[in-house]
Amino acid sequence: MLLPVLCLLAQAPAQRTLTVFAAASLQGPFAALGDSLERARPGLKVTFSFAGSQTLALQIQQGAPADVFASADDHWMSVVKDSGRVRGEPRVFAHNQLIVIIPASNPGHVTELADLGRPRLKIVLAAEAVPAGRYARVVLANLARLPGYGADFAARVGANVVSNEENVKSVVTKVQLGEADAGIVYGSDVTGSVADHVSTIGIPAAANIIADYPIAVLAHAPDREDAAAFVALVFSHVGQRVLAARGLTPASH
Amino acid sequence: MWRIAVAVGTALYLALVGLPLVALVVRVPPGDLIRRAASPLVLQAFKLSLFTSLTATLLVAAFGLPVAYILATRNFPGRRVLETLAELPMVIPPTVAGVGLLLAFGRAGLAGGVLSALGLQIPFTTLAVVIAEAFVAMPFFVSTTAAGLREVEPRYREAAVTLGATPPYTFRRVLLPLAFPSLMAGGAMTWARALGEFGATITFAGNLPGRTETLPLAVYIALQSDLPAAVALSVILLIFSFALLLTLRSFSTGWHGTRIYAHASRR
Repeated sequence: MLLPVLCLLAQAPAQRTLTVFAAASLQGPFAALGDSLERARPGLKVTFSFAGSQTLALQIQQGAPADVFASADDHWMSVVKDSGRVRGEPRVFAHNQLIVIIPASNPGHVTELADLGRPRLKIVLAAEAVPAGRYARVVLANLARLPGYGADFAARVGANVVSNEENVKSVVTKVQLGEADAGIVYGSDVTGSVADHVSTIGIPAAANIIADYPIAVLAHAPDREDAAAFVALVFSHVGQRVLAARGLTPASH
Repeated sequence: MWRIAVAVGTALYLALVGLPLVALVVRVPPGDLIRRAASPLVLQAFKLSLFTSLTATLLVAAFGLPVAYILATRNFPGRRVLETLAELPMVIPPTVAGVGLLLAFGRAGLAGGVLSALGLQIPFTTLAVVIAEAFVAMPFFVSTTAAGLREVEPRYREAAVTLGATPPYTFRRVLLPLAFPSLMAGGAMTWARALGEFGATITFAGNLPGRTETLPLAVYIALQSDLPAAVALSVILLIFSFALLLTLRSFSTGWHGTRIYAHASRR
């Protein structure tokens, strides 16, 4: 009975933990950067909480013990900043763009963007409070202003939406499984394993958004030094290359 | 000494369970609560939740009663396996249950082809909500009802048999009335679990106001951007659940807390 307790105690040398709250779309690149930082700084353990930026912002406002916050848009970072929880100024470290994904089997027979307005299609978007969801609706409104889509394009696509997901990865899942005919996600969400199950349709630059991803160290961060080190890593050459490799556009460009 | 221990235990329990509920309720001014409760979005979620949870409960009762009956009255090889299988949805994380339902009954799922041929596409529909809620709530009904049926003294069943009653008659006129309180308790728990269901619903049925956005989903989505709205919604759900559960409890134990079937043994 005493042995397990002793074992637990024995496992607790001076180990520092860095807690990073990051948008769901950053899961791939940040996990890699976390490993990198752990190797560079022995005794450090980097833990992540990936979720919709809006969820994380709420948790931080309620006092969640995070050291770093990386949001998928400026809005939720401003919300956190206005509540006085940010140390210093947030800086944009990457950009992302949206893309349309369809299941590999293409059950909805979607071949081009305009097809999204076809009646009785099953389209999944992120909820409006989620950055990806807000961006998607802006893109649809932008497309409606372009020739060839029709002024009611956004409304027609809206009528096809069957679910408003809590985070963008859930949208990817529903399309990947073939349950939805199409979804609008970030370009960076089409990672290696996802790419095997989905096809993509690009969005013209004239209609697409450029999502700004800001990152900031939080005011009550328990581990300030490692937090600053993580942010520095994200902005470094190595970090920016990791982000680019996973479909995000580095801020330096 | 014993009484102090019981009192302290009860106080701690009430603190743990009661404090969060109190914290929610005191955050919402009554006027605000009534205003939000009357808003079309909330009414929509409320009506949907009511409809799906009641439908799910009836479905569970219909499918669960035969299972509970076999488990309570028959002994057969594989009985323990069936019993464990019936309890499994309780242990699976609801979101995982949702994924399972998607992989089974989704358009691209195991039964997808058959369902599509029949013209049925289940994900993203209200039917999916009912199925998700029924799936997670089923174990509550089966376990409670099986236990209730098992508790009925065998001599009543035996007496019925010696008097020439067929199994269906015995079930209808002897077992069921005597096990009625357990049935109602099981039904209440099933309905409560179905009403509060979130993970399986959002995964299998998705989230769309009017069609699949039940009250728990509405609370979660509101939480993303409007904390006061989410708290108000939660309080509405709380008040409604408390009232209905209290009413159902009166059916299972009588208004004064006595067991309804107690007088059967006095004859």
